Formats: sequence, C-alpha cells, structure tokens
Amino acid sequence: MTNASALRDWTTGGEGIAFQSCRACSHRWYFRREFCPRCGSDWPSDQQASGLGTVHAVTLVTRAPSEELRVHAPYLIVLVDADEGFRLMAHGARELRIGARVRCRYISFGGRLIPFFDLA
Amino acid sequence: MGYVTGVGLTPFGKLPGRTTLDLMSEAAAAALADAELERADVDGLLCAYSTTFPHLMLSTTFVEHFGLNPAYAHSVLVGGATGFAMAMLAHTLVEARVARNVLVVAGENRLTAQSRDAAVQTLAQVGHSEYEVPLGATIPAYYALVASRYMHEHGTTEADLAELAVLMRRNAMRHPGAQFREPVTAQEVLSSKPIASPLKLLDCCPVSDGGVAFVIGREPTSAARVRIRGAGQAHTHQYVTGAPSLTQFGAKASVERALGRAAIELSDVRYAAIYDSFTITLTILLEEIGLAARGQAGDKVRGGYFDRDGPLPLNTHGGLLSYGHCGAGGAMAHLVEAQLQMTGRAAGRQVKDASVALLHGDGGVLSSHCSLVMETQ
Repeated sequence: MTNASALRDWTTGGEGIAFQSCRACSHRWYFRREFCPRCGSDWPSDQQASGLGTVHAVTLVTRAPSEELRVHAPYLIVLVDADEGFRLMAHGARELRIGARVRCRYISFGGRLIPFFDLA
Repeated sequence: MGYVTGVGLTPFGKLPGRTTLDLMSEAAAAALADAELERADVDGLLCAYSTTFPHLMLSTTFVEHFGLNPAYAHSVLVGGATGFAMAMLAHTLVEARVARNVLVVAGENRLTAQSRDAAVQTLAQVGHSEYEVPLGATIPAYYALVASRYMHEHGTTEADLAELAVLMRRNAMRHPGAQFREPVTAQEVLSSKPIASPLKLLDCCPVSDGGVAFVIGREPTSAARVRIRGAGQAHTHQYVTGAPSLTQFGAKASVERALGRAAIELSDVRYAAIYDSFTITLTILLEEIGLAARGQAGDKVRGGYFDRDGPLPLNTHGGLLSYGHCGAGGAMAHLVEAQLQMTGRAAGRQVKDASVALLHGDGGVLSSHCSLVMETQ
C-alpha cells in the first residue's frame, strides 16, 4: 500500500503511472476516484505501476487537433494493458504493433509530460 | 405506441449564415407541416444540444424562439445516440399519455460557425480531459484504436471498410440534400488523406450544417402510418480507455431489448438505418447486431446485400458518411429517411419493401446505444 501523495503520476506532472485497486474486491482501475467502481467500497488503495505492459490497440494520428500539436504529428497513440491489470492510453514508438511487450518512459508533448512506450 | 406523424430535414453541408435556431426552426416547421399540425398542437418538445450554441436551456430557448407552449420540454444529451434516444422518449411519453404530439428537433451550424480545428477539438472532449485529451487524441483516433483491435481480431481489412464508404456515397448521389454527391471508388477511399490509421479521410463522416425534426404522436395526424413498435438502449462506458471490450459493445443488448419489446425477430427487418460516423462504426454495428457475420460486412456490401434494391437496404440517403453529420441531427436524418421509405415517399431512392425498419445509433466511442423498431401499419 502506497501513500497517494507520494505517488508519481503523469497527469499531475510526475514521471509515473498511478492506478487504484480495491481492498474489498481486488478490482483494479486507472481513472482516479474515491470508491471502487465495481463493488462500491469507499476505501481504494493508490498504487504505482511498473510501466510494463502489452499493446492492445494502436493508431498513427496524422491529423492533430491543434496548431500547437501539429509539429508533433504524426504520432502514435496506443492503448496498453499494464501488467498490473488496468488499461491506459499513451504514446508509443512507431514500430509498435498489437501484442508487443512494452516499457514506459516519459516525453514532453504539448508542453507537458506524457507516457511513451518503447519495445520492452 | 408512438406514430412518426411528420418529418423535416434540411440539406446538409455548408449553409452559411444559418444559426442553430434557424436550422432547428426550418426543420421543425417542415415536420409540423408534414404532420399536418400547428404550433399550438405541440404539447411536448425534445431538443438535443448544439456545440456552436451551447445554451444551458436549449429547449426553452427554442420554445420562445419558435413560438411554442408545451406542457413538457427538455434536452437530451447522449452524443450520436441522442436522436434515437429522443425518439424513444417521445414514444414513451405519448404511450404514458404525458403528451399527445411531441416535437423532436436538432440542428447545428457545425461547419460554417467555426474553424475545422475548433470542431475537432470540441468533439475530442468526449474523451477524458485528464487521461486522453492531453495526448492529442481526437474522435477519429478513439475510433481508430477500436478499429485496430477489431480488425486484428476479426480479419477486417481497410479495403473492407472502404466498401461501406462507397455504398454510402452511391446512396447519397440519389438525394439532392446530401453534402457529398460525387461518386467515389474503393481505391479513392484507400488513397484518401490519412487521419488516424487505419482511418483515412473518406472513412470519416464530414462536419456539416443541418437541421432535422420529427413529430411523434399518440395517434396519426397525417396520411403517414408509421409507428415505433419497440425501443431499447445500452450504456457500457464513456471513454475508450475504460471500455469493457474493443470488440464487443452495447449494440447487441440494445437491439435485443428493442426487438424483444417489438416482439419481432431480426430476420423480420426489411430496412436498416445504422449509425455510420466512420466506416468502422458501421462495420462493427452491422456485425454486432447480427446483420453481417463478424469480419464479413465488407464482403456483404460487395455482394450487394445492402444495396437499395438488395435484400436489406441501408441508409438510402447516404448516412453520416455522405449525407453528412450536423451533430444530434445526424442520426435523426436516418429516421427521417426511414419514415420516407416506409410511407413510399423516397422518390428515386424508394425501396420495394421498408415495412419493418431497425434503427441503431451510438454516442461517444460506442459508449451509448439506442435502437428503434419501426413498422408501417
């Protein structure tokens, strides 16, 4: 069990991926909330992910949504099944294919830090 | 049961100078005229939303603007599923005797009121604001992620997807109101500009201006004898990251609920109106509903199964892909076209038999689903 305030998470500017698990039913999920979305228990545990996973889906985005992000395009967006048992969206190396084993690092994109997966 | 007593549809595309309320009003007036009703006959109003006119109270804004005095009114917001969800609610309201004539209306100047970037960014907000949008994800990217997994598991090819874009364009060529009426080939779809692989420009519906309305009544008020026989919904997630699966969605449960309430079988359906925001959306929905086997939708299109004169005509107005997509009104155009087919008023697009229609829409990233079964009497 980890203290939430000590967790590193890219959505709050840290180099890391945080997730939550349920002390009551063991369910694991990604998007922060104050309760378990499966059983409703209001005492979830905050956890730090290893950054290892498997590519579940992949797309190369050519049409960026804004002028600011146009300089980055094309960029690869992936859904990765983390080894800890939750799914997350991130960027990845161009060679990534569905089923690839991957490891996370962090890059700057649109003025912030985001997770980026390379072949493990 | 609710009768679809009147329909109104503007052309889609670039309609410069037309506001959200202009487009809603034009469609509403047409639907009332078609239902042979006056404004005073409208005792229920359902509106959707407009990204170019994000008012907190769109329904009462429209009440005042159009000159209505309904006993029941509010908006409904489930993205692309909104149009059919409003039809389901209107049907429920007339059955429950809450209202006699419910006007359902949506419209938006989504194309001319803003830049292309602004439209893309607004729509991307259906994604997660902290976990997805900062990654530069867009609606095409969310659907492209689904496409990659679905195609990986079911063997669908980009050429298969292209067939659906070609069919929708062929249908749109027969409708004077469609945004895109020039023929396209599968090769042209395949070589169109990349957007988010595997989706290219012609795999994606356009952004359009347009307005759509219909009236759901407790009794027929015009010559039209089309009624909603059953309806269903299913809602499984919002964000693609949180979807329980990228190969199985709520469409099946939603359609089963609608068919069950209508007490008919899928094989009784003679006309299909299926949401087609992207070629992959239409592919997945056709296959999940069971109108094509998994991985076989493209082949079935190639074989003519969904042609206007084939066994199961599909989106004969050209769908979102070629008639156009103005937001909540996009799928409502599918319902308008179904009603025109079912009343023998589809002119050069008329099919032989549209006596039983299945309509299905999805909002978000295959997140919200709503299905309708309509029949002629």
